[in-house]
Amino acid sequence: MNPLHLIFTEILQVLIVLTVAPAFTGWVDMLKCWTQGRASAGVMQPYRNIAKLFVKDVVLAQNASWIFRFTPYFVFSTAVVAASVIPVISMNLFLAPSADIIVLIALFATARFFTALAGMDIGTAFGGMGSSREMMIASLAEPAILMSIFTVSLAGRSTSLLHIVQTFSGGVLVFRPSIVFAAIAFVLVVIAEAGRIPVDNPATHLELTMVHEAMILEYSGRHLALMEWGAMLRFFLFVTLGIACFLPWGIAATDNVVEIAAAVFLMLIKLAVIGGVVVLIETGLAKMRLFRLTEFLGAAFLMATLGVIAFFILE
Amino acid sequence: MNLQVLAQINSFLAALVLLTAFAMLSQRKINSLVILFAWQGLFLSINTAVTGFVAAKHHLYISSLLTLSLKVILLPYILHVLVVRLKIRKEMETIMNIPATMLIGIALVIFSYHLTAPVREMSTLITRSTLAVALATVMIGLLMMITRKHAVTQIIGFLAMENGLFFAATSATYGMPLVVELGVALDVLIAAFIFGIFFFQISTTFDSLSVEQMESLREDN
Repeated sequence: MNPLHLIFTEILQVLIVLTVAPAFTGWVDMLKCWTQGRASAGVMQPYRNIAKLFVKDVVLAQNASWIFRFTPYFVFSTAVVAASVIPVISMNLFLAPSADIIVLIALFATARFFTALAGMDIGTAFGGMGSSREMMIASLAEPAILMSIFTVSLAGRSTSLLHIVQTFSGGVLVFRPSIVFAAIAFVLVVIAEAGRIPVDNPATHLELTMVHEAMILEYSGRHLALMEWGAMLRFFLFVTLGIACFLPWGIAATDNVVEIAAAVFLMLIKLAVIGGVVVLIETGLAKMRLFRLTEFLGAAFLMATLGVIAFFILE
Repeated sequence: MNLQVLAQINSFLAALVLLTAFAMLSQRKINSLVILFAWQGLFLSINTAVTGFVAAKHHLYISSLLTLSLKVILLPYILHVLVVRLKIRKEMETIMNIPATMLIGIALVIFSYHLTAPVREMSTLITRSTLAVALATVMIGLLMMITRKHAVTQIIGFLAMENGLFFAATSATYGMPLVVELGVALDVLIAAFIFGIFFFQISTTFDSLSVEQMESLREDN
């Protein structure tokens, strides 16, 4: 395959991810407003927020170290790297063979690590509290997501995401208990990883419950814009990772323009449906008590482990 | 439908039986526990019917119907009536915390997988791989009886164990002879009635259904 084509698809995909991610968050917010009987600000509101934050000045605490200033750029760039590795619209990506699915999870974990450090950097009480909560959630969520990923890798016979997508999108739809368990576990963990209800409420600034918001409370201006955009990208990328693992039909296999256009269209449909499901989960549940999260994420880990076991026992 | 797809459906149902077993292990509310028990019975019943179709053993249809009427409708109804009459509302306490119990449950599944590995090698039945799940269901039922203090939850654990045994019989040998299965079904039914009478006696004597209370019956040596 022509390497120029690969690079072109790569750039196209990164641009699409960067532009669609805020719209996806906007779509979820809009649906949520509708289900709660409120008027919504529309799908475009996240773009307006980001644009507004970019023109504002940065207010920096006097004791902010380089970690605090470095973190927004780091979080955003890890998201961009992840966006270039996950096959969102096409399997023919220049960078896709460079990282497997475990590297991806590690990439997200590193971004989260730096966010937690930045939360503690200024030394305010809220930042430290948010960081400690975030690390507690991470320590429970990461084993579960890795187990879920292992199940998929076992069934796809590789940890390379490309290979998994190729294997699954070629096969027919079959009842595979292991994949079903892994998918349920993945959904539960993504809720935790993306900081949605019932784990964390992205719309709150109530000190008793906030996790992600508490960590980024001290950010302003372009730093905050990058952090918010990074969080939207994180949510979007986890969803597309789930699509690549569990619903890979329609991701372009060649660099035919029509096929790529069809892939983008299918991706938007899948995202719209998944956004609806997320909203149903969020409006149906109340935010969980922090110490009930061990059971929530324990259930996710159990599901993922059952997936691995079911793969060996039943298949 | 071809056999391959049916076998897949069967193993999917087996996975659901295992899932309900774990869900029962983690459930605190007794009403939800009864509902989960009914679901387990339903999956078991469908599984038995599918196995009967695959193996062309028609007596399995009768056991499937028996399971459906007894374990999905009658026993949950009796348990529900018991729960209402005994006015059990609060959440059940467990001896260990729930995540730890779940981890033990996972260990039990792996253990039963290893235990049934030789049988899997020898057997030629299409359901041979679900034997491990059946054994795991028995063990998780036993674990539930051990880790719960409340008498009614212990009984549900016992009935879940019986589900596992029935499942094991179906998957290992395409079911026991019909006479035996009818006998076991009758036994379970009678047992449920006797348990009910016992519960009333226990709750009037001790003002509680917690098994710990019965330690006062022990003679001091």
